[in-house]
Amino acid sequence: MHLKYESFVREALINGDKTYGQVTEDICRPIEQKPSKLWYMGFAFSLLLLSFGAFSVFWEVYWGIGTWGINRTVGWGWDITNFVWWVGIGHAGTLISAILLLFRQGWRTGVNRAAEAMTIFAVMCAGQFPIFHMGRVWNAFYVLPYPNTRGSLWPNFNSALLWDVFAISTYFTVSLLFWYSGLVPDFATIRDRAKTKLRKRLYGLASFGWTGTAKNWQRFESLCLVLAGLSTPLVLSVHTIVSFDFATSVIPGWHATIFPPYFVAGAVFSGFAMVNTLLVLVRKIFRLEDYITIGHIEAMNKVIVLTGSIVGVAYLTELFMAWYSQVVYEQQAFKWRVLGPYWWSYWAMMACNVVSPQFFWFKKLRRNIVFTFILSIVVNIGMWFERFVIIVTSLYRDYLPSSWTYYSPTWTELGFYIGTFGLFFTCFFLFAKYFPVIAIAEIKFTLKTSGDNYKREMKRLDEMSVPEFIHEVEHAH
Amino acid sequence: MAIKKFAVACYDDEAVLFPAVEKVRHSGYKLHDVYTPFPVHGLDVALGHKESDLHVAGFCFGITGTATALSFMSWVFTKDWSINYGGKPFFALPAFIPITFELTVMFAAVGMVLTYCYLNQIMPGVKKHIFHPRQTDDLFVVAIEITDPAAELEIIDFLKTTGATETNVQVAEEGWWYGRWDKEEEYQKQQLA
Repeated sequence: MHLKYESFVREALINGDKTYGQVTEDICRPIEQKPSKLWYMGFAFSLLLLSFGAFSVFWEVYWGIGTWGINRTVGWGWDITNFVWWVGIGHAGTLISAILLLFRQGWRTGVNRAAEAMTIFAVMCAGQFPIFHMGRVWNAFYVLPYPNTRGSLWPNFNSALLWDVFAISTYFTVSLLFWYSGLVPDFATIRDRAKTKLRKRLYGLASFGWTGTAKNWQRFESLCLVLAGLSTPLVLSVHTIVSFDFATSVIPGWHATIFPPYFVAGAVFSGFAMVNTLLVLVRKIFRLEDYITIGHIEAMNKVIVLTGSIVGVAYLTELFMAWYSQVVYEQQAFKWRVLGPYWWSYWAMMACNVVSPQFFWFKKLRRNIVFTFILSIVVNIGMWFERFVIIVTSLYRDYLPSSWTYYSPTWTELGFYIGTFGLFFTCFFLFAKYFPVIAIAEIKFTLKTSGDNYKREMKRLDEMSVPEFIHEVEHAH
Repeated sequence: MAIKKFAVACYDDEAVLFPAVEKVRHSGYKLHDVYTPFPVHGLDVALGHKESDLHVAGFCFGITGTATALSFMSWVFTKDWSINYGGKPFFALPAFIPITFELTVMFAAVGMVLTYCYLNQIMPGVKKHIFHPRQTDDLFVVAIEITDPAAELEIIDFLKTTGATETNVQVAEEGWWYGRWDKEEEYQKQQLA
């Protein structure tokens, strides 16, 4: 008899009366089968987008940054908008795997693997934008502090832009390590099940020779806990530092102390929306509804309504502070932000980010798959507009009215953005085919407390009288 | 590494595994290792393993990262190449904090993962003996090293009484070696022949 206790009032996290063997079977099935037609079509389409993006980038590098719509007044346009958008999306994975681990949230085990993969791919996409924004991209390595023949001349460590280089690269490295250390035991599971020689050999390499001894698992848990402890402040620091890119400047609309918490809340908001978009599809296509349950989706929708509301408060606070500060430049910047030529982007942001998530106060809508899917896309559109609003509507009218301008992107900028979708989905399709999309070992660990068959047993125990219970425990083998 | 003989028992539930491990430890036979498909809480205590000190390594690497970042930036801006950024002090400690923090995390994470791989002896290309193909799936495997060949049957009988669903005797390398997982080792081929 199992005496780990979890109240039966809590919803089961694993449905369908699973045993350990079935868990392995269900999660390994997509890897061991030939991919479906849908997979091939999706993969081919992603590759198409990726090659269009590659062509756009080639065009930009060949002809120069002038092929983009940015100009002297609006020096940051779609590129930095997309950068911040992708980095924000990349926050959900580590939040789920690290912060929810520290908070002992059992439901994270069903979604953490896919969310972490999404984080890594999103950060890869994000990194492209500032690199190609440099223009002479072949000199991109100048941002690194390496000994050189010019002095050595070092980068400016006081600059928020350089902090970003360190923050993003650390975030990428640590997320990758965290993700892969969890993958090693699962690759070992696939390796030991492998029927073909090639699969056995490749997963043998990928699994690092993992056998699962008790001591190894003890170190594994210790590693995960410390990495989670390190990643928790890290994930908060990354978007804080991204917000410093703006907040440490003296541009009206950017120069605000509210930026770090506001950006972090926005990042979690958009990240969870993207996780929902992907997982609603993944659970359907790979028939993993028993592991990614409606309960998981509802939990994420709760995070969306919370962070969406925080973001809404931040928008209103910004307006209030502009008025309260009595700085005419701030006041004018916000007046134009709301009512100026870019009014449509501001109101798109407000509608998508502040109004739409409020629907998630209703339990029925939180548990509705179709509604969740649509709303997750709406939220991501809204969060893209948020970054666009912050960047472009703070820049297009500067202190010198003769340089006021209106910015719209060219096809190369558009192509670059589309290309990162190609990169993201190409990676995600490969991940979904060749990697276990759910953490096999971790889900087995929660099975006996949160599986529906074990919860039913717990209900029986709960209804038992104390002497009956003691009798049963004493007579168990 | 040495090739040895092992008595292997498989259990299908951790509730059976715990009393079995207890019995094996009290029996006096040489317990080689216990293999589980997922981290079973309390098994390390049941086996008498002391707590992992991996976090100490993490701390040491982290503090190295802090020291590297702080000392390097201070040296660059006060000794090597001081630049006047709008009259701000050369030693601008608050501005060094973000990079210092990032490098602390980076060093701690990378160092700790490498330490973890070293301690667990895992790396791409490493091969170890798998006692049962389902030990990474749904079986809990206990391996006892047979030190006295005469006791082989006795150990197997003993393992059967602990609730094992499957028992057998295997000859295997005890450590790790470079190898391919799709190829069988020489000693295994000899065994089969």
